Amino acid sequence: MNAGNESRAAAALARDIKELCGKASFPLRIMEVCGTHTMAIHAAGLKSFFPPNLQLVSGPGCPVCVTEKNFIDQAVLIAKEYDACLVTFGDLVRVPGSFGSLATFRSEGGRVRVVYSPMDAMGIASELSPRPTVFLGIGFETTVPTIAATIKTAMTMGIDNFFVLSAFKTIHPPLKILAAKKDLNGFLLPGHVSAIIGSDCYHYLVDDFGKPGVVAGFEPLDILLAIQDILRMAVFSTPQIINDYKRVVRGNGNAAALAMTGEVFEACDASWRGLGVIRGSGLTLKGPYSMFDANTHLPVDTPPAQDDPRCRCAAVLTGSTPDTCGLFGKECIPDDPVGPCMVSSEGTCAAYYKYGER
Amino acid sequence: MARNTATKIQLGHGGGGRMSGRLIRDLILPRLDRGYLGSLPDSVVLSGLGDSIAYTTDSYVVSPIFFPGGNIGSLAVHGTCNDLACSAARPVFLSLGLILEEGFPMDQLETILHSIAEAADSAGVEIVTGDTKVVPKGSADKIFINTSGIGKIESPVRPSPGRISVGDRIIVSGSVGNHGMAVMLSRAEFSFDFELKSDSASVWPVVERLLELGPGLKFLRDPTRGGLAATLNEIASLTGYGIAIDESAIPLDKSVVAASEILGIDPLQAANEGKIVAVVEMGMDQVALDLMEGCWQARGAAVIGGVTREHPSRVVLTTRVGGSRVVAEPSGELLPRIC
Repeated sequence: MNAGNESRAAAALARDIKELCGKASFPLRIMEVCGTHTMAIHAAGLKSFFPPNLQLVSGPGCPVCVTEKNFIDQAVLIAKEYDACLVTFGDLVRVPGSFGSLATFRSEGGRVRVVYSPMDAMGIASELSPRPTVFLGIGFETTVPTIAATIKTAMTMGIDNFFVLSAFKTIHPPLKILAAKKDLNGFLLPGHVSAIIGSDCYHYLVDDFGKPGVVAGFEPLDILLAIQDILRMAVFSTPQIINDYKRVVRGNGNAAALAMTGEVFEACDASWRGLGVIRGSGLTLKGPYSMFDANTHLPVDTPPAQDDPRCRCAAVLTGSTPDTCGLFGKECIPDDPVGPCMVSSEGTCAAYYKYGER
Repeated sequence: MARNTATKIQLGHGGGGRMSGRLIRDLILPRLDRGYLGSLPDSVVLSGLGDSIAYTTDSYVVSPIFFPGGNIGSLAVHGTCNDLACSAARPVFLSLGLILEEGFPMDQLETILHSIAEAADSAGVEIVTGDTKVVPKGSADKIFINTSGIGKIESPVRPSPGRISVGDRIIVSGSVGNHGMAVMLSRAEFSFDFELKSDSASVWPVVERLLELGPGLKFLRDPTRGGLAATLNEIASLTGYGIAIDESAIPLDKSVVAASEILGIDPLQAANEGKIVAVVEMGMDQVALDLMEGCWQARGAAVIGGVTREHPSRVVLTTRVGGSRVVAEPSGELLPRIC
């Protein structure tokens, strides 16, 4: 689609959105669950299209942001105690732990390597053998199948110095908690996660909570269309689950990826920054694959972490805006973050700050 | 700007963004500025030496040292020549300082020296003095290079931020983000197949043509570390004016867009080593584009926006779909995203 057609389409959708918001006698709050949507909305300047009674708020769909502070602490303690090399996705490097971030640890001589693909982590383990190499496992259902594939490959190749420290999470448990909130009228559902788990599985939002949800892609027009659909259902009280990302998401998801995940991982309880412990919302290595579990094979005593009492990441992850945090833009900035919502490339505070809403 | 409170140097201090800025402003300038240093130009125009001479220095620590489109050697020539060019000085002489790690392969050094010679010859500069040091294994990462450059100012035109006014137009001499993306992709950690090359080149031929605009040429900068975003923010903060740019006018190669979508790195923040940003007088933008026509270093040159009274000191982008957002100053090192 050329730029002219795209702007015209966007303008038309923006008009529909304004009209629908005009029909509502109440303020409308839509939660964008996924951090990638938060960034995409800001990058395309979509908020400049919305009328004042429409608010888009962010949810807990940022894997870095919902990871507890003591995960960083545990990783650093493992690296120190076992002389291990930590391998991580880039975003985790600047998240503050209790004694500094992974970047701080690296500047003090700690071994920290950044990768884009978990397969590269396994390559690093081979290269550094026999030194323990620990992959810091954060991510949702999108990332997990690739980790599962990596672990299976490590098993086949007999790489015995490769470990995974799992903080993997699944999206449905927190979504059920958020759906009960009275002040949310609908959900912009994650595109990448849904590519794995499908769109049919969100029916509980309608059946149990009467709220609409739309699976959306990441192009500006994808998002505007999805918002228009959510608003129509919210304003006329006709909640449904709609898949607006059919070019990537099928109703029943990606069976191969789900099977891979199911073979290597099983559900466990997990602690979410902002939401506390949610039963069955985490993933842990199971059966023969538990030989790669850093938690059991590289145990350390991690003292409980103290979050800065002024830090409001917890609230931001459940729908508050960054400006409600007294640290936002002052003591907490991208170069010197207090909480992970400011560091992560999908973090709400990072998006607001980067795109000038300070 | 928040003060530098770090007790140790972090990688972000070398990133060319806000952390670097704080290090320079809080630690370096207070101790060393005796008049010339404080304005932090790309290269400094020296007075009291007869002809107008511009002088600059840069150190090169790029990793990997060989990347698509060049290597640390060719970069060391182009980068320093370009700093001179942005002060409207024709690059004439370079010094070459080499710091080599013990064990560095001789054949790689030969390749790099060959690239240096080629780059210097085609840029019309002569390397007139140099130095070589070798440090024990582990004390340097293969090879570090420093080049200082001397350029001759032949035109009465003196581009500077003080000459920029509301209504001036902003031109970029070609597609952006190529160098930064090419280097990120060719690091060992990422194994993608991409046809993406650094744009490393001397920009003097482009500047030479733009100088024919006379006083209509207000300001020049090469958008290296921190990319176009850093340069536009620098202009906004030096002048106090707003900068308004149009996303669909910014030239971007398809391969850069693809790489940025996968890596999560904004091409506006990725370094360029063969481009310039020029601010020209209102009404002269087409003349500027015509002057650059036929110059291969400026193919793809485009007008991307202008200087405005609105949103002072801020850079605002109109997005492809007609929305608007701020282009913030980049901070620290680029990192790939996770999910």
